[in-house]
Amino acid sequence: MQVKQISIFVENRAGRLEEISAILENNNINIRALSLADTSDFGIIRLIVDKPDVAEPAMREAGFTIRENFVIACAIEDKPGGLHRLLKLFSDLNISIEYMYSFFERHLDKAVIIFRVEDPKEAITVLQKGGAELLTAEQVYSS
Amino acid sequence: MRIWDQQAETMPREALKALQLKRLKHILKYASDNVPFYQHSFKNSGIIPEEISSLDMLPQIPFTNKADMQASYPYDMFALPLEKVVRVHSSSGTTGKPTVVGYSRNDLNNWSELIARLLTAGGVTQKDIVQIAFGYGMFTGGFGLHYGVEKVGATVIPVSSGNTDRQLMVMKDFKSTALVCTPSYAIYLGEVIEEKGIDLSDLHLRVGLFGAEPWTENMRKEIEKKMNISATDNYGLSEVMGPGVAMECRCKQGMHINEDHFIAEVIDPNTGKVLPSGEMGELVITTLTKEAIPVIRYRTRDITSLIEEPCECGRTFIRMSKPHGRTDDMLIIRGVNVFPSQIETVLIEMEETDPHYQLVVTREGALDELEIRVEVNEVFFSDEMRRMRALEEKIKLKVKNALGISAHIKLVEPKSIERSIGKAKRVIDMRNLK
Repeated sequence: MQVKQISIFVENRAGRLEEISAILENNNINIRALSLADTSDFGIIRLIVDKPDVAEPAMREAGFTIRENFVIACAIEDKPGGLHRLLKLFSDLNISIEYMYSFFERHLDKAVIIFRVEDPKEAITVLQKGGAELLTAEQVYSS
Repeated sequence: MRIWDQQAETMPREALKALQLKRLKHILKYASDNVPFYQHSFKNSGIIPEEISSLDMLPQIPFTNKADMQASYPYDMFALPLEKVVRVHSSSGTTGKPTVVGYSRNDLNNWSELIARLLTAGGVTQKDIVQIAFGYGMFTGGFGLHYGVEKVGATVIPVSSGNTDRQLMVMKDFKSTALVCTPSYAIYLGEVIEEKGIDLSDLHLRVGLFGAEPWTENMRKEIEKKMNISATDNYGLSEVMGPGVAMECRCKQGMHINEDHFIAEVIDPNTGKVLPSGEMGELVITTLTKEAIPVIRYRTRDITSLIEEPCECGRTFIRMSKPHGRTDDMLIIRGVNVFPSQIETVLIEMEETDPHYQLVVTREGALDELEIRVEVNEVFFSDEMRRMRALEEKIKLKVKNALGISAHIKLVEPKSIERSIGKAKRVIDMRNLK
């Protein structure tokens, strides 16, 4: 249930993001979800891709500072209140969220929310018990 | 811990001060009588040597600068005729004309005494076999250390600098127990020993005495580990004598200044004012016994601070901290003196950072802004923004504690700061003052 996320440190200067997308294209890697956190000086790009094991060494080789970690992916109905019900479950289970982002999964016809939490393993266990629909890594990577 | 000259090196402070005053009075008169440069400089500033009656009056006397030494090329600073000068050394002249320095018979005797103190403080005894890998020649390091080793009665191997294979062969076959060289060469030797897979138990090294360039505590740790020795620092400069001005004892907490032969002051390099003890500034040295070239209040351009607290070793001489850089590297930001080495120290001490940094100074309106670019260390890069911000804040606070001014911390990608053969381009000053 744990999904690999690749985070990349990028200085805020022209052309840096384009270098990342070029590496992905050259390696035939598809982006499934992306989020960017930024300050005026630098940004942290978090990527979920279909081939994390190819993307990681390719980024490293190109000289990027990267970090791999695990996140969890929950599918929800793409309807009003869908996110609220899920977040209420997090709140009831007392799981704090470091950050989150989302994308739409067309095969499932559902929205997918990516969560970064302190302890993904533990969160997965309790969320499943609580009735959340967690996606496997394969489900997230394949489009 | 042995002390070479118990009487001099552990002299009570009052007796030492009295001796310094007596010698200062003599050297001022001697310099004025025998060196036209001092005669003029004293006259121009209204100094009459006979009227100097206390050490507190020293700050009234004008400085001697590197440029003054260079302008005297080759012999104009000599107080003795050449028939009484028995040796000459000179600086390399990389920053202009070389500075020529001479030694009388007494100067050489004093010098080897001071080197004997240095060696003893570093742990050398007459049983040692001392390999000198300093260059022998115009440089004061080789010959300076050489005669000190003979004075101690240890065995000297004058292998001189270079030829690393031969150094290692000598080290192994001649059973050297002490190594004298620059700290950077010691690191290099250590690396070659490791690469060649030389077993440390085949070597007999016990101690290393390293000087002639500034080095850090981290370098000490590395050398001590790679060679399995105890490494001590020493300080000197050819203009005032060469090595032997100050030396570390086995406590390794700063270098004892041989105060019976030198008076050390620390000044603000901008104003020339003497700073209170413990503050960091430019080291100024007055020689008290030199006959061939007496040097009065020489501005060394080395940045250090003086430590007056007594040392556990029993020596009563004050200590100087490891030089933190050169005045040439100093920046004045919002009126505060900033040395790149202070920031380097902060980054070395923090587990999360490496000392890869660059300082950018700009001026917004009337206010100077300091930006410190620090390369992110991959181990500590986090996908969580709050951790990255916390790291910035931590660096910022530590820099503020060290410098007294706040800086903007900018995290940059690893290896993005230009590295020019070992020494990075540390400072970009965009203020265009002048």
